[in-house]
Amino acid sequence: MEPVLRKTRKAFVDQTSCVACGCCVKVCPLSAIQVVRGVAAQVNTQKCVGCGKCARECPATVITIQEAAV
Amino acid sequence: MKKKWYDNLWIVSLTYLVLGFFNILFAWLGLLCFFIPLIIAIAGGNKAYCNRYCGRGQLFGLLGGRFGLSRRKDIPKWMKSKFFRYGFLVFFLTMFLLMLWNTYLVFAGVRELRQVVTLLWTFKLPWQWAYHGTLFHPGAAQFAFGFYSVMLTSTVLGLITMVLFKPRSWCVYCPMGTMTQLICRAKNGAP
Repeated sequence: MEPVLRKTRKAFVDQTSCVACGCCVKVCPLSAIQVVRGVAAQVNTQKCVGCGKCARECPATVITIQEAAV
Repeated sequence: MKKKWYDNLWIVSLTYLVLGFFNILFAWLGLLCFFIPLIIAIAGGNKAYCNRYCGRGQLFGLLGGRFGLSRRKDIPKWMKSKFFRYGFLVFFLTMFLLMLWNTYLVFAGVRELRQVVTLLWTFKLPWQWAYHGTLFHPGAAQFAFGFYSVMLTSTVLGLITMVLFKPRSWCVYCPMGTMTQLICRAKNGAP
């Protein structure tokens, strides 16, 4: 039997366009997003529940909420 | 989330802008906004300044967010392009060097002190009411006028994009942010 794929919504960062300002970090209620070494934001998909707060806050609009298979 | 002491640094930024209306020499303090992010990026290899300590960003966040002065629309694509961000950084640095050159001319005694604040690199606003003489060379005051022009110009630009787009749109094309990100990229070997 094939394993059942559960689909959940997660935040995705377009890392090439991210300005690493950290606005997303401040609004994330689960501390699931971090700016890594001043280059770009990175989502911890284990913690992210796809609430979309970071996507709304991002001044460059480089975060999208997408369906992801876990 | 629990508020930290650095979440109140917008008060410092606001105070800085207000002080410039009373005594232009306070503009020198703005150098902290230039050196601290650079030192953090060079020594620490991160953007902790943008992420935590930038009072200007907090001020835009507060005015555009809590005070609702922002339309909260997406920033145009060209404004977040590398071409524009790097282009704006080069333009900003060029104007900064020009300001330093004008300061040098006053120090060298070639030019008189001009008690004006230049807004958006174009509009010369009379500002003599904030100058009460200096214990140092008039050149020190010229630098203050020039530096305050830079700070006021970037605040005005930031306020305009705050209203038009998202509260912290300034962060997208902030020259200091672009510069510190470039330093972090180089330091951490990221593409």
